Amino acid sequence: MSTSKHGSLLTLDARTKKRNAAEKRFRAYGLGAIGIAVAALTMLLVSIIANGASSFRQTYISFPVTISAEEIEAAESALLKTGAYNKIIQTGLLAYLSERDLLQDTPEADAFGMISGEAGSTFRKFILANPQAAGTTFQLDLLANGRIDGYYKGRVTAETAVLDKNVTPLQLELADRLAADGALVKQFNFDFFTNPDASDQRPEAAGLGVAILGSLYMMAVVLCLALPIGVAASIYLEEFAKKNWITDIIEVNIANLAAVPSIVYGILGLAIFINFAEFNQSSPLVGGLVLTLMTLPTIIISTRASLKSIPPSIRDAALGVGASKMQSVFHHVLPLAAPGILTGTIIGLAQALGETAPLLLIGMVAFVKEYPAAYSDTAGLFGEAATALPVQVFNWTQRSDPAFVERASGAIITLLIFLLMMNALAIFLRKKFERRW
Amino acid sequence: MLPLSVPFIATAVLSVLGYVVARKRALSVAGGDIRTLTSLPHQHGLNTALSTLLPPLAVMMVWAIGARIAARSDVALVPENPTMVYIILIGLAVTGFVLSLLRISTSFRARTASEGWIMGLLIFASTIAVLTTVGIVLSMVSETLNFFGQYDFRDFFFSTTWSPNFRGDSDLGIIPLIWGTLYISFIALVFAVPVGLFAAVYLSEYAGPRLRSVAKPLIEILAGIPTIVYGLFALVTVGPLLRDYFAEPMGLGQSASSVMTAGLVMGIMLIPFVSSLSDDIINAVPQAMRDGSLGLGATKSETIRKVVVPAALPGIVGAVLLAASRAIGETMIVVLGAGAAARLSLNPFEAMTTVTVKIVSQLTGDTDFGSPETLVAFALGLTLFVITLGLNVMALFIVRRYREQYE
Repeated sequence: MSTSKHGSLLTLDARTKKRNAAEKRFRAYGLGAIGIAVAALTMLLVSIIANGASSFRQTYISFPVTISAEEIEAAESALLKTGAYNKIIQTGLLAYLSERDLLQDTPEADAFGMISGEAGSTFRKFILANPQAAGTTFQLDLLANGRIDGYYKGRVTAETAVLDKNVTPLQLELADRLAADGALVKQFNFDFFTNPDASDQRPEAAGLGVAILGSLYMMAVVLCLALPIGVAASIYLEEFAKKNWITDIIEVNIANLAAVPSIVYGILGLAIFINFAEFNQSSPLVGGLVLTLMTLPTIIISTRASLKSIPPSIRDAALGVGASKMQSVFHHVLPLAAPGILTGTIIGLAQALGETAPLLLIGMVAFVKEYPAAYSDTAGLFGEAATALPVQVFNWTQRSDPAFVERASGAIITLLIFLLMMNALAIFLRKKFERRW
Repeated sequence: MLPLSVPFIATAVLSVLGYVVARKRALSVAGGDIRTLTSLPHQHGLNTALSTLLPPLAVMMVWAIGARIAARSDVALVPENPTMVYIILIGLAVTGFVLSLLRISTSFRARTASEGWIMGLLIFASTIAVLTTVGIVLSMVSETLNFFGQYDFRDFFFSTTWSPNFRGDSDLGIIPLIWGTLYISFIALVFAVPVGLFAAVYLSEYAGPRLRSVAKPLIEILAGIPTIVYGLFALVTVGPLLRDYFAEPMGLGQSASSVMTAGLVMGIMLIPFVSSLSDDIINAVPQAMRDGSLGLGATKSETIRKVVVPAALPGIVGAVLLAASRAIGETMIVVLGAGAAARLSLNPFEAMTTVTVKIVSQLTGDTDFGSPETLVAFALGLTLFVITLGLNVMALFIVRRYREQYE
C-alpha cells in the first residue's frame, strides 16, 4: 500500500475526503436554505394566527332587560337617543345584579363601564327592528368592554388593571362573578364581519363590514375593466401586431409596468383620478381604477402566455375553411385559451385584493362608519367613501389600544382566507381544464 | 362637469336597435336567401351597432378629458354648452346608424368593415399600457417641476437633513431617505439572495420529485402573501423579538422598528422571488454542460459551482437586480417595520426611514398641493421611479440576452 503513489480505490485519500465533505456541505446548505424559507413561512402564519384567532370570539354580557312602549317613545324623542337607551340598559343590568346579589362592593359606575360604549346604539337598532319587544322582558346579549374582553383573552390581568385607568381590579372580580353566574359568555363574533370600524375607545365593536364591502366594489371595478382591456390588448399584441418599433415599445412598457413599485400607481391615481379628473377621494371607483392599471400587466402577461400555448394548427384550420383572422381568434383561439386567461385573472385579482400602498395615497385610510352604497345620486357609481381590507389592517395597526392588534391579525386571517379561496379556485380551474397539445 | 349618461344611454340603445334593424334589412335585401349575401346578416348587424356606438364614444372620451383640461387652464378648448354637445354626440350616432344601414347590399363586405372597428378597439386597449406610463411620467414630472420652482434642487439632492415643517422653512434633503432605503434593501438582499439561490439550486439539481412537489409550492406561498401581512409580522413579532434578544442585550438600541427588522422581513418576502427566477435560469442551462463536467469526474457540487452557476450568472444577476428593484420600491413592510425618523447611521438596530415611507407620510392626511412639503412626495416618487426603471430595464435586458444565448 505504501508503495503505490496514487493510493487505492478502496481507501479514500485526503483529497477525495475533502471533496466529498464539500459535496455534503453544499447539499446541507441547500437543504438549510429550503428549511429557512419554510420556517419563515411557518413562523409568519403561526404568529398571525396566534395573534388573530381570538378576534373571532368575543365576550358578551347577557342579562334580561325590560322596556315599555312609553320608554321607547321617550328615548326616541330625547336629544341623545343612544344615551337614553343606555340608561335603560343600566337599569336592567342593575336590577339583574342586585337580584343575583353579584354587585357586592363594586361601584355601580364600574359595573356600567363593563358594557361597551356601543351598547346603546346596538340596543336601539334592536328595538327599532323588533317593535313588538316593547312591554316585554327579554334576554339581551351586549358586547363587553374591550378590557373585559381582553381579560378573557389574556391581555389584561389584575396586575395590569391596577395601572390601567380604563379598567379596575373590582371590575375584573365582578366579571369573574358574572362568568360564574353564566351571564358573561364568549360567542362566535359575527359582528366582526359585518360591523363598520369603531373609534379608538371601542375596539370590541370594530368590524370589517365596510372594508369587505369596499374591497368587493373594487374587485368588481377591476374585473370589469382589467379583464376585457387586458384580453383585448393581449389579442392584439399576440395575434395581430407586426413586429416593429411601436410594438417593441409597448412590450418593454408592459414588462416594466409589471415591475413598477405599487406606490407609484398610488401617486398616479392621486394626480390623475383625484386631482385631474376630480373623482371622489377614498371612493372604491378610484381605488378600482388604480388597481386596474396595476393588474393589467399581470393579466396581459398571463393571457399572452395562454394564447401562445394554443397550437397554430387551430388557427390554420379555421383560416382554411374561410374564417377571417378575427373570426379564427374569437371563435377558436380565445375559447381554448379561456381557462388559462381565467386563472391568470384570478391570480391578478388576488394580488389586487392584498394591495395596500397605493390605496393609502388616494385617501382610503379615512375613518368610514357608513356602509358605502354601490350607486348614489350625489356620488355616482362606486363613489361613496369606503375602506379596503388591507387598508383596514394598516389603520388598526396605527391605533394605540393593543386590542386593535388582535383585530388587525383577525382581519389578516380573513384576507388570507379570501386569497386562499381565490388561489384554490385558480388551481382547480387549471387542473380541470388544462390541456396539453 | 355635465353628465354624459344621457347621450351614452341614447347611443347604446340606438346601437342595439341598429343591430336588430341591420339584420332584418340584410335579410330583406337578400330576399330571404342568405346565400346571396357576401356577409352574414349578423355581421351586418355588428357593423351597424359598432358604427353607431364607437364614434360618439370616442368623442365623449376626448370631450370629457378636454373639459377637464379646460376647467384647469381656463381656456375654452371645447364647447361648454351641454345642448350643443348632446346634439353633436347624438348626431354622430344617427349618422353612423343611417350610413351603415344605407351601405347594406348583397355585395357589401360587412365582416371586413365590422372587423375594422374591432381592430380599433384592440389597438386602443393595447395603448392603455403606454398611456399609463405616460400618465405616471407626466403627473410626476409636472409636480416635480412645480416643487423645484419652490425648493432648490441642490438642497433636495445634496442636503443631509430631512425635517419637513408644515409651517414652511423645511429641510427636504433626500440623502438620509436614500441611505435608509439602500441599507434596508442591502440587508434584505444579503438574506434573500443566498437563501433563494441555494433553495433554487437544491430544488433543481438535488431534490427528488417528492420534496420538490412539497417545497416548491410552500416557497411560492410566500410570494402570494400580501405585503401588509409581512408588515404586521415585522411590527408584532420580528421587531420586538430583535429588540429583546439582540438590540437591548448588545446595547444597540431600544427601538422595535429598525433597519434590521424591515430588512429581514423584506428578505423573507424576496426569497420566492429570487428562487423562482433562479430556478428558471438554472433549468435553462443545457444538460450537456452538466454531463461534460460530471464525465470529467467532478462532483455534483463542483459541477454546480464551476459550470452551472457561472453559465447562469448573467441571468442570476438579472434576477438579483429585479429583486433589488422590488426591495427599493417596497412600501408596507418599511412603513410598519422601519420607523419614521430620517437618520444617517450605520447601526442596523436603529429606526430609519425610506423614500416610500416619506411618500406615504407626506401624501396622507390633509395635504395642501401648493406647499413644497406635499410636492416633495412627487419628486421622491419620480426618483424612485427612475431608480427602479433603470434596474428593471437593465435586468430585463440581461435576462433576455442570456435566454437567447442558449436557445
